[in-house]
Amino acid sequence: MTIRLGGIIVGLAITAILVLWSLVPGLYNLAFGEAPEKAASYAFYEHPKAPEGGFAFDGPMGKWDVAQLQRGYQVYKEVCSACHGLKFVAFRNLRELGYTEAEVDAEAAAWTVPGIDPQTGETTTRPGTPTDQFPSPYPNAIAAAAANNNAIPPDLSLMTKAREDGSNYVYSLLSGYGEPDPEILAKHPDFETPVGLYFNKYFPTVNLAMAPPLVLDGQVTYADGTEATIPQMAEDVAAFLTWTAEPSLVQRKQTGWFVIAFLIFATSLAFLSYKQVWAGMKPKKK
Amino acid sequence: MSFAWAKQYEPKTPLTKWLDEKLPLPRLVYNAVGAGYPVPRNLNYMWNFGVLAGVCLVIQIVTGVVLAMHYAANEEVAFATVEHIMRNVNYGWMLRYAHANGASFFFIVVYLHIFRGLFYSSYKAPREMIWLLGVVIFLLMMATAFMGYVLPWGQMSFWGAQVITGLFSAIPFVGEGLQVWLLGGFSPGNAALNRFFSLHFLLPFVIAGVVILHIWALHIPGSSNPTGVEVKNESDTVPFHPYYTAKDGFGLGVFLILFTFMVFFLPNALGHPDNYIEANPLSTPAHIVPEWYFLPFYAILRAFTQDLTIPFLGITLIDAKLLGVIAMFGSILVWFFLPWLDKSPVRSGHYRPLFQKFFWFGLIPTMIVLMICGGAPAEEPYVVMSQIATAYYFMHFLVILPIISQIEVPKPLPFSITEAVLGSDDSAAAARTGSVGAGSKGDLPDASLQPAE
Repeated sequence: MTIRLGGIIVGLAITAILVLWSLVPGLYNLAFGEAPEKAASYAFYEHPKAPEGGFAFDGPMGKWDVAQLQRGYQVYKEVCSACHGLKFVAFRNLRELGYTEAEVDAEAAAWTVPGIDPQTGETTTRPGTPTDQFPSPYPNAIAAAAANNNAIPPDLSLMTKAREDGSNYVYSLLSGYGEPDPEILAKHPDFETPVGLYFNKYFPTVNLAMAPPLVLDGQVTYADGTEATIPQMAEDVAAFLTWTAEPSLVQRKQTGWFVIAFLIFATSLAFLSYKQVWAGMKPKKK
Repeated sequence: MSFAWAKQYEPKTPLTKWLDEKLPLPRLVYNAVGAGYPVPRNLNYMWNFGVLAGVCLVIQIVTGVVLAMHYAANEEVAFATVEHIMRNVNYGWMLRYAHANGASFFFIVVYLHIFRGLFYSSYKAPREMIWLLGVVIFLLMMATAFMGYVLPWGQMSFWGAQVITGLFSAIPFVGEGLQVWLLGGFSPGNAALNRFFSLHFLLPFVIAGVVILHIWALHIPGSSNPTGVEVKNESDTVPFHPYYTAKDGFGLGVFLILFTFMVFFLPNALGHPDNYIEANPLSTPAHIVPEWYFLPFYAILRAFTQDLTIPFLGITLIDAKLLGVIAMFGSILVWFFLPWLDKSPVRSGHYRPLFQKFFWFGLIPTMIVLMICGGAPAEEPYVVMSQIATAYYFMHFLVILPIISQIEVPKPLPFSITEAVLGSDDSAAAARTGSVGAGSKGDLPDASLQPAE
């Protein structure tokens, strides 16, 4: 009895405090106060778009398009690696892209990684071996910021998992640089892109510090002869970065089919056993 | 303790007889989940979630122990060890995704289990202790899940830890000192990460211990059932094995299909992309949100936007942050008092029309609104919505339920479980043939179960 009385008092007290001190002023502000100013960037922002036909790894039956992954790796190597690291990927992982052991050895040796002189102990650099991770282009964060207008280029290993709808986001961002839509600009005449930033409608604040990395069709000459348009390069590198973020993606989906098929079979048997065990019980009358 | 008609364990072979004499474990299992534990025959699928919760705990412990073999809780390497697990450890990706999604499914199952308890008043006498132990388990789960989410040391791990440990500083006088002592520093860092790993490894075994007490407490009165009418005769029950081992086995199969679908095809759907960015104390994420299972409580925390002041005098009694903390913890503490707040002698919501209305049109929409607001930025209209929902939440448990339980006119209860399942003529026949001493056609129902009229 006392608990219920105490409960009613406490309940009314909490509700009163909430309603009188927080809710009523909040409602008053909502009704009569000034509407909060929304940043103009909201008007320009667009959600990521998928490339035509989507990616080969999309959906429950997705597979790697190995040729595309190789092209994407080439784009990373020739364009992105100037500023962005790939530290969670090792050269030996490139075997999964279809390169032979000899090709991987050669690929690794083409990169320069930090090392220690075995005689003097001084820090030096040496050619990479398959067991090395991809090196970062800068020795530390301060050097990275100093070289890039105080913005640190993020490591790309996990980029497609670190952004919502990541694969489409990378594709849209890289192929989506341009001028603001004139119609929207007319409604927000005060909007401007500060010096040192670049307008891109797929970036959350629409002004980002990265200059367009893909500027020319044919910027990269693909080894397999595919025409390197900007959307093609954007799509290929987005696919490559999806692989770097999750090398086990295809294996995961393929294993999933077997697991769920087995579970559907086992659950059906379990259901039939359940029905058989309960068969003797008279059913509910209603 | 069990019902008089429960089957007795009888060891047949020399080995089982020897074992029964020295360490009667088979007898314990027989009486707990075997043929020796009579259970009401009319349980519906809402009664599957207790067993599923136990299975989730086992999945978490098994995947967690193996993950712990490869994880290191040092802020320099923690994120990298998780990536090592994802890329290099054989089937590490499967273990990691199973553990992360397993936590989500553990909460889905436990929330359904709790809502079963709320609808069918499983917390009422004689089952109060089971309910209290259950709330303790839920609090331990929340602590475990919170600390587990910090371990990968991503952006959300760090900043979520920053927000939640920051709440301790709201406690008057001792708050700031307490926060520094708990964290081992002034903000989440290596000291906090290490101790969170230690506690995250420990607490699941504490949960397992409380679960054992929870099941032990249950086996004293036995399970409740959808009618809320207590067991009277043998015809009201069936032995747990094979009836509910079979039903739970089927339920487990359905659960595993849903669980593995998430793990193998949508493993990051319930997570936040920001946690794939390494923790950076110098860069605050645009929106700090906890995992989905904490969202209702996060909404309650953020609902209090103004300090509690004495108007015109400008004296602050309680500041908004402390109000939010008190309300957030209070929202779970009210559950401890439920057995004494809801005094209706009728248990099951099926026979309580007024209670049902407030349950389906009050409590459930409120929880949904709180969850949506918890995940939204702290802007209008979400702030106003969360304030209204928080007010209703506390009104529901502390004011509405006690009042309903006094004024409500319940529907007439069935005489017994057998009557509810078979209908009255058949049940009388079953009672005569199946009963052991009590329960023939002319008996009056138990006085304590008479609806208040």
